Amino acid sequence: MQTKRTVFGNRLLPYAFLFPQLAVTVIFFLWPAGQAVIQSFQREDAFGLSTTWVGLANYADLLHDPTYLNSLKVTAIFAPAVTLLSVGLGLVFAVCLDRLVRGSRIYAALLVWPYAVAPAVAGIMWWFLFNPSIGLLPYLLAAVGYRWDHSLQPTDAMILVVIAASWKQVSYNFLFFMAGLQAIPKSMIEAAAIDGAGPVKRFFTIVFPLLSPTTFFLAVINLVYAMFDTFPVIHATTGGNPAQSTNILVYKVFVDGFIGLNLGSSAAQSVVLMAIVVTLTVIQFKWVERKVNY
Amino acid sequence: MLTRSLIAGLALTFLSGSSFAATEITWWHAMGGELGKKLDEIVAKYNASQDEYKVTAVYKGSYPETMTAAIAAFRAKQQPDIVQVFEVGTGTMMAAKGAIYPVYQLMKDTGATFDPKAFLSAVVGYYTDADGNMLSMPFNSSTPILYYNKDVFKKAGLDPEQPPKTWEDVESYSKKIMSSGAAKCGFTTGWISWVQLENFSAWHNKPIGTLQNGIGGMDAELTVNGDLQVRHWTNLKKWQDEGLFQYGGPAGGNDAPPKFYSQECAIYMNSSASRAGVIANSKDFEVGFGMLPYYSDVQGAPQNSIIGGATLWVLKGHDEAEYKGVADFFSFLSSPEVQADWHQYSGYLPITEAAYKLGQEQGYYAKNPGSDVAIKQITLNPPTDNSKGLRFGNYVQIRDVIDEEFQNLLAGQKSPKDALDSVVTRGNKLIADFRAANG
Repeated sequence: MQTKRTVFGNRLLPYAFLFPQLAVTVIFFLWPAGQAVIQSFQREDAFGLSTTWVGLANYADLLHDPTYLNSLKVTAIFAPAVTLLSVGLGLVFAVCLDRLVRGSRIYAALLVWPYAVAPAVAGIMWWFLFNPSIGLLPYLLAAVGYRWDHSLQPTDAMILVVIAASWKQVSYNFLFFMAGLQAIPKSMIEAAAIDGAGPVKRFFTIVFPLLSPTTFFLAVINLVYAMFDTFPVIHATTGGNPAQSTNILVYKVFVDGFIGLNLGSSAAQSVVLMAIVVTLTVIQFKWVERKVNY
Repeated sequence: MLTRSLIAGLALTFLSGSSFAATEITWWHAMGGELGKKLDEIVAKYNASQDEYKVTAVYKGSYPETMTAAIAAFRAKQQPDIVQVFEVGTGTMMAAKGAIYPVYQLMKDTGATFDPKAFLSAVVGYYTDADGNMLSMPFNSSTPILYYNKDVFKKAGLDPEQPPKTWEDVESYSKKIMSSGAAKCGFTTGWISWVQLENFSAWHNKPIGTLQNGIGGMDAELTVNGDLQVRHWTNLKKWQDEGLFQYGGPAGGNDAPPKFYSQECAIYMNSSASRAGVIANSKDFEVGFGMLPYYSDVQGAPQNSIIGGATLWVLKGHDEAEYKGVADFFSFLSSPEVQADWHQYSGYLPITEAAYKLGQEQGYYAKNPGSDVAIKQITLNPPTDNSKGLRFGNYVQIRDVIDEEFQNLLAGQKSPKDALDSVVTRGNKLIADFRAANG
């Protein structure tokens, strides 16, 4: 085992090097997060003119608030759906491309493109494609007899936001799977082929198990993405509508806090979200760092 | 050489600037696009008219964004002098007594000439306290009116000069329009909450809440689940099922205007401030204007419609000189010339009697048919307790609740009565929360 050890002459120097990073963490993360925790125990008017300590009342209210429970349910459908769709498609594209002999670089470049599109732009684009009055897809769906209306039908709205949120994430997953596939020794697959295993069997017995660390890593990352980074997509497409059927937790924090100016409840909701992301991160570090073994 | 002359030039600018030292007044607003340009023009005109004060207008995004920005700025002690707040934010602003400088007080303190009676009562009623004092300065107020496609009316064999007067008309005209193939849909509407519930109730002289729709005090509660409102929502659901009515989406209803512009729907209800947009987008057909429809068997209908739009609130925490400037600027803004110009350009209501008169003298209404429908409708009768306006805490969220329950209704998940009952229970919970936070 080789260890690298740098010896600083000045004892303060290492702290000086650490300072910028620490300052950024404290100012942009710990401070606001602390504020949120404090505010979650308060009830306050919008202008901050009167503040009362209410203990855990904001949290207790959440448990009794049907719209919050609905938001939990919506997130529990939305996040796994986005994860499944984007990881699944990423894998399918990567495997297809891996089998391609010619032009794979062009396809790879094209598949990565969506990742460069800003989420809000992606949202608007899907909103146009699915717009009930001017969109292309409802027009095509009408031809097969389905009346698409995401402005009223909760299921349609959910499908829309899941597709819009997954679309750009497919590129990200695709890249990781590409790298993962290249790390699989060709000799192993060839040996299996000589033994008479067909492509499907080879995939399920060799390729997919060897990709499992990548898959697990991506599952966690995508779950975090779907729960926290999909705000612009929701904002640009449904805005949580119809009847809160796409109002995921992170969007509800925004609506209650920034539109509704209900700061206490919004702060309590962000603390709950913080707890969820901490849990997910712990899981990720514990298992992914240890690597999935088979 | 170049740098030196640049520095000299800069120094000169600063020096000359400080010798006049105009007092800076900041105004945060939510008027984008064409309206924003017009607003900048008005401000430039004011700045050019005198050299004591300099107003800087800053566009802060949508109405909620502007309001949130001003509140955040107030918490950080960086608030602007003036902020434009939409009508549903009135309850929140009014309750923040330590943050706002009531306009009647400001005008009195600075000794500015100011006559609250010069303003249209239908407009001011929305923004006065229980004692009749004006708390904010009306700037852009509108009211929903009815737009219709004359060409489609003609094709359907209807009289293109007769807009539908009653909901019975709307129904029968829509059926005729659809059966004759003149258009695919009868009518659509923007702002379900504002047009098909709040204004609908006022127009029929029915309350939406206790204590004069909340204007009488913070203990008010919602009562929008009355028989007439249930009847109307029942009809809207029925008409949607029959295809007569098409839903334009929540809040402002982004999908509604394209339905009218593309001649898919023949009748369209929305803000009078949409007039410029409607005319610009209806190049292929002729537009007619009418008042909102009413149910002919309802006693006391039509009453008068209520306003929407925004007013200017003055925030505390600045020095006297700036407030003097704010008062002076407000006098300028409410002068007949500025008001008439703004009203005629935008479709917002003329907020003073004088501005309306000026428009009549200029022959504006004769030249632009339909441009006075809004003001006629809002002044049709002296406002009653049910038609002065409304004021509830957390009303921004209550509007969302109305949209959500309407969506539940149209999606077939709730009956009209259940949907409106939910509006009342959920709305009253929000009102109670607001009272607790501001008590």
